Amino acid sequence: MPDKIAFLPPKKSVLDRRDIIVSDLADLLPKGCLVSEPRGLVPFETDAFIAYRNVPLAVALPETTAQVAAVLKYCSGYGIPVVPRGAGTSLSGGAIPQADAVVIGLSKLSRILDVDYANRTATVQAGVTNLNISEAVSADGYFYAPDPSSQLACTIGGNIGMNSGGAHCLKYGVTTNNLLGVKMVLFDGTIIDLGSKALDAPGLDLLGLVCGSEGQLGIVTEATVRLIAKPEGARPVLFGFQSSEAAGACVAEIIGSGIIPVAIEFMDRPAIEICEAFAHAGYPMDVEALLIVEVEGSEAEMDAMLAGIIAIARRHGVSTIKESQSATEAALIWKGRKSAFGATGRIADYICMDGTVPLSQLPYVLKKTGEIVARLGLRVANVFHAGDGNMHPLILYNINDPEDAARAEEAGNEILKLCVDAGGCLTGEHGVGIEKRDLMLHQFAPVDLDQQMAVRAAFDPQWIMNPSKVFPLEGRPAA
Amino acid sequence: MSEVHQPVSEDAAARIIHTAAAVGAPLVLRGGGTRSLARNDEGHEILSSARLSGIVSYNPAEMTMTAKSGTPLADILAALAEKRQMLAFEPLDLRPVLGTTGNPTIGGVFATNASGPRRFVAGAARDSLLGVRFVNGSGDIIKAGGRVMKNVTGLDLAKVLAGSRGSLAFVTEVTFRLLPVPETAATIVISGLNDAEATAAMATALSMSVEVSGAAHLPETVRGRFLGGDLPAAATVLRIEGLSASVAVRAETLRAAMASFGAVSMLDADATDRLWREIRDVHPYADGTLRPLWRVSVAPTVGHQLVAALRLETGVDAFYDWQGGLIWLRMEAEAEAGLLRHFIKALGGGHATLVRAAPGILATTLVLEPQPDAVAALEARIKAKFDPKGIFSAGVTG
Ligand SMILES: Cc1cc2nc3c(=O)[nH]c(=O)nc-3n(C[C@H](O)[C@H](O)[C@H](O)COP(=O)(O)OP(=O)(O)OC[C@H]3O[C@@H](n4cnc5c(N)ncnc54)[C@H](O)[C@@H]3O)c2cc1C
Repeated sequence: MPDKIAFLPPKKSVLDRRDIIVSDLADLLPKGCLVSEPRGLVPFETDAFIAYRNVPLAVALPETTAQVAAVLKYCSGYGIPVVPRGAGTSLSGGAIPQADAVVIGLSKLSRILDVDYANRTATVQAGVTNLNISEAVSADGYFYAPDPSSQLACTIGGNIGMNSGGAHCLKYGVTTNNLLGVKMVLFDGTIIDLGSKALDAPGLDLLGLVCGSEGQLGIVTEATVRLIAKPEGARPVLFGFQSSEAAGACVAEIIGSGIIPVAIEFMDRPAIEICEAFAHAGYPMDVEALLIVEVEGSEAEMDAMLAGIIAIARRHGVSTIKESQSATEAALIWKGRKSAFGATGRIADYICMDGTVPLSQLPYVLKKTGEIVARLGLRVANVFHAGDGNMHPLILYNINDPEDAARAEEAGNEILKLCVDAGGCLTGEHGVGIEKRDLMLHQFAPVDLDQQMAVRAAFDPQWIMNPSKVFPLEGRPAA
Repeated sequence: MSEVHQPVSEDAAARIIHTAAAVGAPLVLRGGGTRSLARNDEGHEILSSARLSGIVSYNPAEMTMTAKSGTPLADILAALAEKRQMLAFEPLDLRPVLGTTGNPTIGGVFATNASGPRRFVAGAARDSLLGVRFVNGSGDIIKAGGRVMKNVTGLDLAKVLAGSRGSLAFVTEVTFRLLPVPETAATIVISGLNDAEATAAMATALSMSVEVSGAAHLPETVRGRFLGGDLPAAATVLRIEGLSASVAVRAETLRAAMASFGAVSMLDADATDRLWREIRDVHPYADGTLRPLWRVSVAPTVGHQLVAALRLETGVDAFYDWQGGLIWLRMEAEAEAGLLRHFIKALGGGHATLVRAAPGILATTLVLEPQPDAVAALEARIKAKFDPKGIFSAGVTG
C-alpha cells in the first residue's frame, strides 16, 4: 500500500546521532530494557492499523516511573520524538512510530499496586491489561467497567490514551468516566499526580484532558480506576430483524423510551455470518440485522426491562427473539461479538471506521454507508455499539492490491465525513491517530484546532510527544 | 458600580473580549451571579451571559440538549420535567447557603462542575457535558466536543472548561446528555450510627449489587434539619432508584443487609425526593450565618477520620455525602484552612474549597486548594493558552 498518510519527516539531527542516542539510553535503563537491533524492532513497526509501518530508532521498555522520566528528560533535551506504546492494538495508528522516534513501551509496568474495595478503586501500573483488572477483582464481586473488545491485550495506559469504550459503556461510561487519577511523566521528565481516590480533583480538569490525548500530553505510568460491584445477573438477548434500518430505528426507540440497557450491540448480515462461523454463538442466520441487548440486575428486574424492550422490538417488526438460557450461552454470545474484528481478519483485510452519529441518524447512515461501499466495489460488515451511536463499518479489502487499498481508504473517508455531516464525529473510541488526522478539518474549523494545539503545546512545547498524530501536519504552530 | 456587558450574541461577546484583550482590561465572567465569592471584581467590568439565553435544541429521543450558556437552570429543568428527563448529576443550588439571590444559569452550572448526590454512579457535571462553544481570551469563537455520547476526536477541551470557574474562556453554549427520570425511588434509613459505623455501612451497601444511587450520613447534630425534623436519630441514608418492581426488590435486599448495622426504616418516593434535595443543597447549613463552610472531597472511607481529627482541635460540624467522600464542614469561628488541609494530606489526599465565609476571612484564606508546583505551573501554561492577556483572572476565587 502506498504511504498515503504522511509522517513528519525524520529529523536528520536525530538520525545522525543514532548510535550515541542508543548508547546513552542504554546507560539510563537496566539491562534488557532497550531494543535497538533491527530484528528486535520489527514488532514495534506498526499497531493494529497495519497498513502503515515505520521502524523506530529504538524502543525503551522501562520498569519504573523514574526510568520513564529519565528517558523523557533525555529525549526532550535533544528534541528526540517519543511514541508511547501500550499493547499496540490501536486501530487508528496511534502507536505507529517514526524513524527518528524512541518508542517508550509500558509493557514492563504491569503490576496491580492496590485494590481498595471499601473505596472501590484499583491502582495499577500503565501496562496492566484491561482484562487483568477485572480478573483480579472478579472473585470478590467487582469489575472494571470499560470493556474494549481488545481487553485481553490492550493496556490501561492505551485505554487512557484513546479514552476507550466497549459494549458495556452504554450504562457505565467510557474510560474518562471511570478514571480517578493518574501518575504521569511530562515531556521533560517532570512527574505529576492528577486526581486521587477522591471523586473530585482540585483545579482544572487535567485528567479529563489527558484521557483521550493519544500519548501527546505525557506518559501515564499509573492509574487509579473505579471498580463497580457486579450485577446480580446479566442476560444478553438476541433480536433479529429483516433490515438494518428496522434494527437501527428500534435502537433509537429503546433509548428514547428511557430504557437504558447495559449494552446494545448491532451486527448486519455479513458480520453475523463472519462471527457465527468463528464462534458458533447461536446467532440467527435468517435475518439481515441482529441486536444483542444485555440487561442486568435481579431476575425480576431483567424481566421487567426486557418486557419493555420486546414491546418496542415488536413494533419494529422483530423476526427472532432469543434469550440466552445459561451462562455458557451468554458467554458465547459475547464471544461472537468480541471476536468480530479478529474473525473478520481471518477472511479479509479490513479497515475499521469508528464514527459516532446521533441515534436518529443510524438508519440513514447505515443505508448511505452501504451505498458508498457498493459504489466503490467493496464489501462492508457492520458490527458496533449501537446504543450510543458508535458505528464500526469494517471495510473489507485486499491489502496486497494497492488499488483496492486506495478504494478502501476512500470509502472510509467518505463514511467518516458522512458521520460528521449527520451531526456526529470522526471517532467515538479508536482515536484520531494518523488515520483520521487529515479529516480533522472536516469536523473542526482551523481556529478550533488552533486552540487544541495551543493546549497541547502547554504540555509539550517542543512537540516531541507522538508528534505525527491527531493534528494535520499543515497549519501547526511553529514548535 | 462596575460596568456590566450583556451581549446578545456570541459575536457581540467576541467583540467585547477582543477589545478588552487589546488593552489588557480585566473582564469578570458572570452567569446568574448567584455566587458571592467574586471578591476581586470590584471596579472591573463584568461580562454577563444573562442575555445569551434559550434552549437551542432539545431532542428527547437522543437524550441531549443544547442551550445558550445564560439560560436559567430553572427553564431547563422545566423543559426536561415535561419529558420526564433530568440532569443526571443533580446540580446543587447553593443560594440558600450563600444567602444570595439571582438565577443560576446552565453555563454557571458547568463552570463550577456542580454535582450532587448521584456523583458516584452518574458522574459530575463534566461527565454529562458533550460539547461547548466559547470565546477565548483573544476573542476567538471556538467549538469543542459535539453532541454525541462517544467522541474522542481531538483533545477534550469541554472537560477542562467544566469546572474552570470562568478562568479560561467565556462559554456561550453547552450541549449535554440527559437521563430519564427513574420511575420511582426509595430511601433506606439506618438510625443511630456514629460516623465510623455509618462509613462501614455505606461501604457495605455499595459493595452490593443493588445500585445505590445516593449514600449519605446525617449525624445527630444535623438530622433535625432534614425532612422538617422527622428523622428520629442520626441517619445513614441509602437511595435506590429505577423501575418500581426492581426498586421494591432491591430495597428489601438492602434492608435485610443493613439490619446488622442498626434499626432500619424506609422512606417513600416523595420523602426520598425531598431528603436528597436537602442533602444536595446542604440544607443544614442554610443557617443564615456566614460561618465558614467547606466542601471537602476525600476518599470515602477517610471522611469520618478527617472530621474526628479536626474535632480534637477546633469547633466543627459536618455531614457526609458520596459514601462519606464529600464532607460539608462548618467551622464554628475561624476557617482553619491550614489545619484542614494538613489533615487532608495526612489522610491520603483530597481537597477543600471554602464555599462561604465572612468577608474578612475570605480575604485572607486560600479559597481553592493550592496545587503542587509542577501542576500549578502546567495550569498556568494552559490558562495562558486560552487567555494570553490574563483578562479573565480577576473574579476567580471559588
Ligand atoms: C480486535 C480489536 C478490537 C478492539 N475493540 C475496541 C473496542 O471495543 N473499543 C475501543 O475503544 N477500542 C477497541 N480497539 C482499539 C484499541 O484496542 C484501543 O484503542 C486500546 O485502548 C489501545 O490500547 P493499547 O494498550 O494497545 O495501546 P496502544 O495501541 O499501544 O496505544 C494507543 C495510544 O495510546 C498511547 N499510549 C499508550 N500507552 C500510553 C501511556 N501509558 N501513556 C500515554 N499514552 C499512551 C499511544 O501513544 C497511542 O496513541 C480494538 C482493537 C482491536 C485490535
